[in-house]
Amino acid sequence: MLAIAKEVQLEAPRWRGARILCEALFREGVDTIFGYPGGAVLHIYDELFKMGDRIKHILVRHEQGAVHMAEGYAKATGKVGVVLVTSGPGATNSITGIANAFMDSTPLVVITGQVPRKMIGSDAFQEVDTVGLTRPCTKYNYLVKDVRELAEVVKEAFYIAKTGRPGPVVIDIPKDVTAEAAEFSYPERVSLPGYRPNTFGDWDQVRRAVEKMCRARRPVLYVGGGVIHSNGGEELLELAERLNLPVTPTLMGLGCFPSGHRLCLGMLGMHGTYWANMAISEADLIIAIGVRFDDRVTGALDKFAPQAEVIHVDIDQSSIDKNVRAHVPILGDAKAVMRQMLDLLPEEACSSSASRLAPWWEQINEWKRYAPLSYKQSAEVIMPQHLCQELYRLTGGDAIIATDVGQHQMWLAQYYQFKRPRQLITSGGLGAMGFGFPAALGAQIAFPDRQVIAFVGDGGFQMTAQELATAVQYQTNLKIIIMNNNYLGMVRQWQELFYERRYSAVNMEWLPDFVKLAESYGATGLRATRPDQLERVLERGLNAPGVVVMDIIVAEEENVYPMVAPGAGLKEMVLG
Amino acid sequence: MRCTISILVENRPGELARIVGILSARGQNIDSLCAAAALDPKISRVTLTTDGHIRAIEQIIKQLDKQIRVLEVVNMNQLAHIERELALINVFAPPGSARQKVLQLASAFRAEIVDSSAEGLILEARGDGEKLAEFIRLLEPFGIRDMVRTGAIAIANLIAASNLSGANQTAERRQVEGI
Repeated sequence: MLAIAKEVQLEAPRWRGARILCEALFREGVDTIFGYPGGAVLHIYDELFKMGDRIKHILVRHEQGAVHMAEGYAKATGKVGVVLVTSGPGATNSITGIANAFMDSTPLVVITGQVPRKMIGSDAFQEVDTVGLTRPCTKYNYLVKDVRELAEVVKEAFYIAKTGRPGPVVIDIPKDVTAEAAEFSYPERVSLPGYRPNTFGDWDQVRRAVEKMCRARRPVLYVGGGVIHSNGGEELLELAERLNLPVTPTLMGLGCFPSGHRLCLGMLGMHGTYWANMAISEADLIIAIGVRFDDRVTGALDKFAPQAEVIHVDIDQSSIDKNVRAHVPILGDAKAVMRQMLDLLPEEACSSSASRLAPWWEQINEWKRYAPLSYKQSAEVIMPQHLCQELYRLTGGDAIIATDVGQHQMWLAQYYQFKRPRQLITSGGLGAMGFGFPAALGAQIAFPDRQVIAFVGDGGFQMTAQELATAVQYQTNLKIIIMNNNYLGMVRQWQELFYERRYSAVNMEWLPDFVKLAESYGATGLRATRPDQLERVLERGLNAPGVVVMDIIVAEEENVYPMVAPGAGLKEMVLG
Repeated sequence: MRCTISILVENRPGELARIVGILSARGQNIDSLCAAAALDPKISRVTLTTDGHIRAIEQIIKQLDKQIRVLEVVNMNQLAHIERELALINVFAPPGSARQKVLQLASAFRAEIVDSSAEGLILEARGDGEKLAEFIRLLEPFGIRDMVRTGAIAIANLIAASNLSGANQTAERRQVEGI
C-alpha cells in the first residue's frame, strides 16, 4: 500500500534546482546539450546523469566549441541550441560564441554556473560577473537568485531566444540555487509586457510597397537571414516568380532562394558578383526583406544605390532606417509580410512584368557577360575556386556545409550553389574564426544521417581543432576539408592590395601535419597536393566512414574577386 | 541636439545597467540620469538626457524600445512637456553685502535655505534646466563650494498627455494585470 501511495503525486513534486532545470529543459523539447562540467555546475551534471537518454549531453574540449556547436545545431535545425558551462572561465570562454549568436540572430540558451549567492561579489574562486559581461551581447540574460523562479526563467528564456528576432539568452545559476529545493510546476505561459514581436505588417504600408513593386522599372529583391529565420522560402519564390524580380541574397541569406534559379543574381556585397552589385547600385527600387544593410553589403553608404527607393521589411525596428533610409518601412515577420504582399498583388502587374522588366534583365545579363566569376586554372597547383566547384559537383549541391572565416568562406559562397535554406552555416556578423568545425559538428549531431562538411582554412581550424576528440568520441561521420594555403589568406589579400605586400604576421610558417593530427585523434587523414589528386581524395574522403580530415593544399596567393575596397562604393569593384 | 528620454522599465536588478549600456556602447554620453519607482512600484521610470545627432538619438530610442523589460520609451522633445530639476548648492556667503545679495537672488529664484552657517548657505533650488543654469551662473561669482543636481525629470503636460491616450498608464496597468 505504501509503495503505491508514494507513486501517486497529488501535489507538485519538490525537487532541487538542478533537477528543476533539467526537467524544464526536457519540457522545452531539448534533446541535446553541448557542455563542459566544472565546480559550479556539479549538481546539474549529477541530475543530467540521472536523466539518462532523455537528454543527450555532448562533452566538448573547450567551451568555445560548445557554443559554436550549439550554434551549428540551431542554424541547421531552426531549434534553440543549448549550452551548459561552469562559472568563471567556463563563462568567459563562451563569450565569443554568444557574441557570434547575437550578431547572426541565432536562438541559443546558454546556462552558466555561478558561485553561491553569499559569495557573489567577493572575488570568489571561478567567479566572474557573467550577467555583466554578457549583457551587451545577449538578447536578454538572467541571474537566478531564487530557485522558485527557475522554471519560469527557463520558459521565458526559450521564448525570448526563439521569437521575434532570435538571439542568445544567458541563464546564470548560483550553485546553492541548484541545491535548494522547491516545488516544480512548469508555467503554461510567460508574461513579458515589454516584449511584443510583430508578425503582420501594416496593411497600408504593404499596399504602398506592392504599388511600387508593380511599377518599378529596375527592381531588385535583396534578401537575407531574416527570410531563413522566418521560413519564408516558399513565399519568396512565389513573389519573385510572379513579378519576375531579380533576387540577390546576402551571405546569411544564401539558400533562401535557389542559387541556380534563373532569377538569382548570386550574393552581393564586398565579394559579391559583379552583376548583383551593379543591379542593386542601378536599381530604382530595392525590396529589402530580412536584411540589415550591413557594411559588407552596402560599401560606402553615401554612394549606395543613389537612385533607389527602398522598401524595408524587418522584424527588428532598430534595423529600419539605421544605415539606409527606408521609403516604405514595414515592421513584421518576413514570411507573413510576403504572404500579405502576395495577397495584394494584382494579376495584371504579374502578367506584364516580363515585358516591363525585359530591358532591365537585358542590362543585368550584359553585366553578367561582362564580368562572370573567373579564375585561372592550373595544372600544377589546386586552385581554391576549383576546390569549391569540385565540392559542389561531388556532393550534388546537397551537403550541409559550415565554413570558417576568410577567403575560403567567400569562395564557397561564390561557387557552391546552395539550393535550400539552412545548408550554409557560417559566421557572418562577427566573423569568428574557429567557428566552422565545431558548428559543422553541431549540425552533424543534429542530422547524423546527412552529409555534413566543415569547410575551413588552415588558420581557423587550429583555433578549435581539439574538438576532433568530440567528433570521434560521439562516432560521427563528419568530414572536414581544410583549404590549406599556408596563410591567413584574407588578411594577406588586404596586405597585398592596401599595404604594398607587407605581409605582417600572416604566414603560417609552422603548421601541424593535419593528416597526422587527425590520426592522433583516431580520425582518418588524407591529403591532396596536386590537381590530379583532388577528385580522388575528395571522393575517398567524403565517402569514408567516420571522421575524415582532408588537407587540401591550394595556391598560396590567390585573391577573392570581385572586391569592393574599404571606403569604396559598391560599383567600384576590383575585378582581378 | 539635446534630448530628454523617458523610459518605463520593469523594476528589476540589471535593467538600469542594460539601459545605460545601450548608450555607452554607442559612445553616447549620458548627461543626466534619474531613476525611481513609477506609479506601480514594480515599474521604474528612468529619465535621461543626452546630446547627439538626431539619427543617433533615433537609433538609441529604437534600441531602448526593443529591450525585453522596457515597456515604453518617449522622446520628450517631441511633445509638450514640463521639465524640472533639483539642485543643492553650497555657496560662500559671508555676513554683509555678500550674504544679502545671495539671499536676494535666492528669493528671486524662489530657492529655499536648507542650511546656514557663519560663512555659508546651502540653497535648495528647483526649476527647469534653463532657470537652474541661470541661478547657478548668478551664484558663481560668490563662490560655489559644492553642488549636487538630480538631473532632469519630465512629464507630458496635460494636453500632450491626453493625446498620448494614457499610454503610460496603460503600460503600467498591463503589467499589474499580468497580460
